[in-house]
Amino acid sequence: MNGGRETILGAVRRAVRAEARTAEAEAALAARLAEHRRNLVPARAAALDAKRRLELFVAMAEAVDCTVARVATAAAVPDEIARYLAAENLPAELVVAPDPGLDAIPWAARPLLRIRRGRAEPGDAVSVTPCLAAIAETGTLMLVSGATTPTTLNFLPDTHIVVVETGQVVAAYEDGWDLLRARGEGLPRTVNFITGPSRTADIEQRVELGAHGPRRLHIVIVGDG
Amino acid sequence: MQPTSRDFPANARAGLADANLQRAMALARTGFPARRAEAVARLPEFEALREAGKAIKDHTLAHLDFYLERYERAVIAQGGTVHWARDAAEARAAVLGICQAAGARTVTKGKSMIAEEVGLNAHLEAHGIVPVETDLGEYIIQLRHEPPSHIIAPAIHLMKEQVADSFRAAHTGLDPGRPLAEARAMCAEARAMLRPRFLAADVGITGANFLVAETGSSIIVTNEGNGDLTQTLPRVHIVMASIEKVVPTLEDAATLLRLLARSATGQEFSSYTTVSTGPRRPGDLDGPEQYHVVILDNGRSRLLGGEFQDMLRCLKCAACLNHCPVYTAVGGHAYGWVYPGPMGSVLTPALIGLAEAGHLPNASTLCGRCESVCPVKIPLPKMLRHWRERQFAANQAPPAARSLLSLWRFAASRPALYHRLAGAAARLLAWAGRGRGRFRSLPFAAGWTAVRDMPAPEGRTFHAQWAAGRRR
Repeated sequence: MNGGRETILGAVRRAVRAEARTAEAEAALAARLAEHRRNLVPARAAALDAKRRLELFVAMAEAVDCTVARVATAAAVPDEIARYLAAENLPAELVVAPDPGLDAIPWAARPLLRIRRGRAEPGDAVSVTPCLAAIAETGTLMLVSGATTPTTLNFLPDTHIVVVETGQVVAAYEDGWDLLRARGEGLPRTVNFITGPSRTADIEQRVELGAHGPRRLHIVIVGDG
Repeated sequence: MQPTSRDFPANARAGLADANLQRAMALARTGFPARRAEAVARLPEFEALREAGKAIKDHTLAHLDFYLERYERAVIAQGGTVHWARDAAEARAAVLGICQAAGARTVTKGKSMIAEEVGLNAHLEAHGIVPVETDLGEYIIQLRHEPPSHIIAPAIHLMKEQVADSFRAAHTGLDPGRPLAEARAMCAEARAMLRPRFLAADVGITGANFLVAETGSSIIVTNEGNGDLTQTLPRVHIVMASIEKVVPTLEDAATLLRLLARSATGQEFSSYTTVSTGPRRPGDLDGPEQYHVVILDNGRSRLLGGEFQDMLRCLKCAACLNHCPVYTAVGGHAYGWVYPGPMGSVLTPALIGLAEAGHLPNASTLCGRCESVCPVKIPLPKMLRHWRERQFAANQAPPAARSLLSLWRFAASRPALYHRLAGAAARLLAWAGRGRGRFRSLPFAAGWTAVRDMPAPEGRTFHAQWAAGRRR
């Protein structure tokens, strides 16, 4: 395929008159790539304080069929999840991301919750994961893959529960990129922006939830914020 | 796929006579535009974002060689492989080669218009590899052996009863008496049928809405989560994309993403926007072991630097289809190839030739709705006219149209003659149409008057009235 590469790039170079590009122009392009300048970011979320940003996140997430619960501390998460599973008539079995971000949750306080930590396997009904950020602009959760956060947890189970700390709520997608870069590890294999449960409108444009991914997306927000 | 764009007039007549298609198009005509309008109204910055999106794409296209090379370098640095394909045959060969090297027997696919463009499924099947479409709409049309009729809603031409019939015919292992009257039941059935296919696939193939030069990432946007299962579960992930999909940075992608879902489905954001960068990392518990990108030219580099360059800004959102009075009347199959509607009528002649697709630039009223809703402001009507000009210059317009246009040019370039002829025609038609004020039929225009009346002129031309007004 190497001949293809040279043919295509050669045709593109001729068409854009790349030979006329000066060294300064080339440096400017490299600088544009490196500086991560933001384009227009809508004021909808960017103009809000932390409390209003959280409110916007909740409202936007609920508008796309998420359910949202608020708890004061990580200690209250198992109770909330047990309540949710009972209310939805779901089994008390969880596959939980083996992530230190969830270590503060005292699962043992609810001994009837059966818990496995790891990636999702076929047949797993309910998963629990952390997130990197929650984006208020559109009620979007930002999740990254990694050794403790496998991507299958976000897609295979019928029900996905995401634990969000109030401090993780940011305004815009660009804030998410900054958080990702601040980790200093480069990009992970997968970054998932998740806005509501799986859906389709491919039959007569009627929206149906649970096309291939989770049918339910439950967000547990931890903290006073 | 074998184009049938030459048969547009017959295809269009068939579409207009198809009762199911007309019911389906009536839903599309109202649903998509209304939801887009609501989403746009909720975001005060939408107009400014269109300008920003256009500027990002224009900048990238002006330096496309630079960004493609940076993109390739970043993919390789992350452990991925880039395969350059000059044409459809090279793209098919590249994908087949990767599948064969992986010992693949079944391949799951997320929605990819590039895969449609190169005719991938038939090629894989011919070599003993089973491609399984996983987007619900694509799955439906794969069962029916039909091409997509819309670039984001491939089965939009069907009513649910037709889908139910296809499911009953294909899913023979299920109870024939099961109820399939509602979309919900069919979604659940497709989910149940496809879940084992996801788990068994050796290779997953997706398209790309964007390629990011900064990071070597590919981005897909879906609502079903099928693309994510497709690219997470198998050992190998292949991305199929065309050269103009590259953007400089993640920030640029974010700006364009704000335009995409709102323009396409009227959603604030699609359910799943997924950024993929290379294969699984050491320590990862899931994800593919190999990550390949097949990057296709297939005639696009020829558009750069010319009068059709603006077309390469296209985000494939389908807003122009959804707002087109011609598309929503005749349906997507009438266009006879992969890309229908206004964007297809500009792109298709560039990719398969004006001789094959010459009807398409003429299948437009040039009403301008497409340009007015395009998220990156592509001047579609202007480019349709460019194709018409080329067609005329290349002697490809139909003889009757050429003769009439030549006559009209003869008259229009002689103002005195033109005014006299126009004045005589206006008086004659006004006299003939007195009383009723309109014509039910006109000689030589039966095709036009068969479905509508021609209003009768009032007797004097605009020029004559203007001159009279000036004298007063």
